[in-house]
Amino acid sequence: MKKLILSVFAIAIMAGASYAQKIKGSDTMLPLSQKEAEVFMKEHKNARLTVIGGGSGVGIAALIEGTTDLAQASRKIKLDEKLKLQEAGVSFKEVIAAYDALAVVVNHNNPVSQLKREQLEGIFTGKIKNWKEVGGPDLKIVVYSRETSSGTYEFFKEHVMKNKNYASNVLSMPATGAIIQSVSQTKGAIGYVGLAYVSNNVKALKVSYNGGKSYIGPSMATAKNHTYPVVRPLYYYYNTKVENKVKPFINFVLSPEGQNIVEKVGYVSKN
Amino acid sequence: MKPKSFFNKLLEKIAEGILAISGSITTLAVLLIVIFLFKEGVGLFNQSSVDENSIIAVNKQNPINKLKPSDVKKIFDQELTNWKQLGGNDEEIVVVRFTDISTYYSDEKLGANLEHLPACFSNLTDSLKGAIVYMPAKYALKDFKGKKIHVDKVSLLDFFAGREWFPTAEPSAQLGILPLILGTLWVSLGAILLSLPLGIAVAIYMAEIASPRFRSFIKPIIELLSGIPSVVFGFFGLIVIVPMIQKTFGLPVGETGLAGSIILAIMALPTIITISEDALRTTPRAMKEASLALGATRWQTIYRIVIPYSISGLTAAAILGIGRAVGETMAVLMVTGNAAIMPKTLLEPVRTIPATIAAELGESSQGGLHYKALFTLGCILFIITLAINLTVEYISTKRMNNK
Repeated sequence: MKKLILSVFAIAIMAGASYAQKIKGSDTMLPLSQKEAEVFMKEHKNARLTVIGGGSGVGIAALIEGTTDLAQASRKIKLDEKLKLQEAGVSFKEVIAAYDALAVVVNHNNPVSQLKREQLEGIFTGKIKNWKEVGGPDLKIVVYSRETSSGTYEFFKEHVMKNKNYASNVLSMPATGAIIQSVSQTKGAIGYVGLAYVSNNVKALKVSYNGGKSYIGPSMATAKNHTYPVVRPLYYYYNTKVENKVKPFINFVLSPEGQNIVEKVGYVSKN
Repeated sequence: MKPKSFFNKLLEKIAEGILAISGSITTLAVLLIVIFLFKEGVGLFNQSSVDENSIIAVNKQNPINKLKPSDVKKIFDQELTNWKQLGGNDEEIVVVRFTDISTYYSDEKLGANLEHLPACFSNLTDSLKGAIVYMPAKYALKDFKGKKIHVDKVSLLDFFAGREWFPTAEPSAQLGILPLILGTLWVSLGAILLSLPLGIAVAIYMAEIASPRFRSFIKPIIELLSGIPSVVFGFFGLIVIVPMIQKTFGLPVGETGLAGSIILAIMALPTIITISEDALRTTPRAMKEASLALGATRWQTIYRIVIPYSISGLTAAAILGIGRAVGETMAVLMVTGNAAIMPKTLLEPVRTIPATIAAELGESSQGGLHYKALFTLGCILFIITLAINLTVEYISTKRMNNK
């Protein structure tokens, strides 16, 4: 009798274990993965998902070491990370789960409503210091950025500033909410935030990536049809060895229901 | 009777033992933390400012062999565009980052498993005369046709006197901590200048002048201040004090050192008030009465008798207040703007050492250059507070001896 109970117990644990999986990485994707996992676990009673943040780099490092099943990353895997995976003998697959649009925001009293990429680069690298240089009032530009540890900081640097460094007088804020608050109360402010955070207190700028031929404002629609240029994909990476284990979750995220959650959390869905 | 006293003795022995053990464990823990801090921090100065797995290479005809970390940053930020500016040939600088290789060579040329990568790097460096290539060291094979550039190690002078803090800049991190040290000192100095006079004034009022009823009403309120979490102070500062400063001084930006000083002053007040009040109240009643009996006024008594008597307690209050200000992290992180520039006045954004460590340590790769630099900053913070404590202690013992 005792043996029977024990073996039933063991089977139950094993069944549970076969579904248990870990998702680790980007903090940007944390709310998304958590919400997806929550709904997924409601529908699949024996699935156990644990979602951990730490940053995109941390997630991919865990994938290399084999301590996570899924790595979430708010940037594409880097060439040197690919090489490390190759050395570790891990073959991996990449899935785009959703998109995130970055909005460039200014104070709502600022008459400037559009900027070229080159002008943004000038502002964030400190070459352009006054709003009158970009067609605004005679007002000092105050630049707000995220902290160096943020994936958003890196993405903006790569994508908008073409890998040049930020000016040293850029104010760095610990959170997106703090950027919104500061931009809304500082006249000459400019900053960048995820599309989901844009509120009535700040004004999102139209951006041009083709030298001023067309300016596009950030919105769900322009991000979806890829006319808005400052959009980044959000990725899941997994080891092909555990494909069977993670596939149900990946399929769920990509399903219409999963993509619905993407929009609810404030990111841009794939379709 | 006898067994009971034996039992009591045993209990006493056990209690003594527990006290001794907890004392030594605490001391040991403190020492271990200090040793850990310095062990991680000191390693910084043996490292190159370029990631150890990467190299910077140029065309072999380029006469330049050595570059300073600051020049490397300027080159990769395209602030320097010609080798002439660095004393080389009149040749345009072509910056090639590791990932740029795919714009020069197609995927087929790089190979499906990137097996041709070393050859591609070698050929590219050879064909572009003005090239400066930032690449992983392991791709520079024996037949690599470029020339490896020597970049200076992190020197003490660059670290302490450097004015640029770009710890994640690639390929060469800029680790100048002068703006951070000055920022910390400015903000703490401002905080202590605001809070010390105010705190001691409140303490004197509460200890000597206020009626007992009013005192019993006001004291719990002040002590309540120290129960407020620092992040709440930060929010309060960002939403109330920052716009206020911006309007009052007509500044382009309200996130300034002054905002940090005001928040820290408010946070340090309860510590300063409670400790100095306790110190003031230890003045013997007989001494005060003697002074009053000699015809001294209340103010003269406070100034000549109470304050000199309790001066060591007041200095202790000052030390703890400064300690709180120098090490405070979260509230400062939210209101000072955190721009690593050399602060000239309190009305400019500053970046403090604790805020830097808090914001950056989580994402720096363990054991890397940035990680070690943050630990070195921790050591410096430790030394600053230690120096403050020692100075004040020295002053207060000197005063005591003179009396």
